[in-house]
Amino acid sequence: MLEAQELACLRGERAVFAGLSFRLAPGEALLLVGANGAGKSSLLRLLAGLLRPAAGTVLWDGADTFADRAAHAARLRYLSHQDALKPALTARENLAFFAQLWGGETATALAALDLLPLADLPARVLSSGQKRRLALARLALAPLRQPAPLWLLDEPTVGLDAASVTRLGGLLARHRATGGMVLAATHLPLPLPGARELRL
Amino acid sequence: MSGPWFALLGRELRLALRHPADTLAAVMFFVLVAALFPFGVGPAPETLARLAPGALLAAALLAALLPLDRMFGADAEDGTLDQLLLSGLAPAALALAKAAAHWLTTGLPLLLATPVAAAMLNLPVEAWPAAMAALGLAAGFLSLLGTAGAALTLGARRGGVLLPLLVLPLAIPCIIFGAAGIEAAAAGLAARPYLLLLAALLAGALPLAPIAAGAALRTE
Repeated sequence: MLEAQELACLRGERAVFAGLSFRLAPGEALLLVGANGAGKSSLLRLLAGLLRPAAGTVLWDGADTFADRAAHAARLRYLSHQDALKPALTARENLAFFAQLWGGETATALAALDLLPLADLPARVLSSGQKRRLALARLALAPLRQPAPLWLLDEPTVGLDAASVTRLGGLLARHRATGGMVLAATHLPLPLPGARELRL
Repeated sequence: MSGPWFALLGRELRLALRHPADTLAAVMFFVLVAALFPFGVGPAPETLARLAPGALLAAALLAALLPLDRMFGADAEDGTLDQLLLSGLAPAALALAKAAAHWLTTGLPLLLATPVAAAMLNLPVEAWPAAMAALGLAAGFLSLLGTAGAALTLGARRGGVLLPLLVLPLAIPCIIFGAAGIEAAAAGLAARPYLLLLAALLAGALPLAPIAAGAALRTE
């Protein structure tokens, strides 16, 4: 159970949002919607533990996530706006590094987003949609050793074609069926049936 | 802990192999600076040999600074740094892997290029082993300090200008001991005490610099 209590976020001198509270139970999904600059990405960074809230707390099963950041990091996957790919490495090498960190099968994860035909191309020659798919393939690394129940996704479908959005939908549905939680910031419709909306 | 650490180090080395230009640039810079001295101070062998220890150290440290401003900058821009901070590796361990990769991809090649630069500065051949040892240790010290500097200046505008200002004054002790060691070896004396002092500096920086760098990365 993820719980945010009275969160506030400052950017420079300006308050982006304040007094934000919500809960997320296993299997649930929450869509963050709002205008550009409303603080969707900041909220995701804050929930990931990359940014300290100006006020309020983020609780995981009742415990403050900032008290043990390493433990919190181990239970989440964060998909940022950037794809976090190294252009000089091949698609397979890019993903294999994360498989070494987290466990999981590189080939299975590549197949989950139909990237096997591109596996040995350097990431620099991939199109922006293909790069996004490769970033999403990190979510498909499903390690038995250390599953990550909390997915924080920042605009996951930007540049994706319809077939890839469907594949992502399958991935999200499987994650939620096994008790996972999804928090996604988006301007586009996402394949997340029954998701609640949080307007910032 | 050790598995992810070596995975990160391996990835850094692989990236350096795919972009050998960064390493080559540092080595070329080092050799060219050493080659400029004879033009400036004249080709008299005694004069050059007198200058050689200090010139070698100073040129090597400046060359090792070159790749530092992109050490975390590239990762911060493409989102990799966020993923690394969430990877379960402690930020200090992350910084230590970066420092180790910097030494292996910059310090080690400089060490191998030392005989070339030393020959151009007319350093007596007897002093070459001491020069290589001193440069290796000094470059290690700079890798650690530089990692802390790179983490601190990450996100600062003109960080590339700030970084040498922050790091080079702290590197003065290793110039003093390194040059003294090479000079002693050139005069036929023992270089060991000076090299041990350099090693002590390195041993001091080994735990402290990664912790400082880790703390700086956390607050980004």
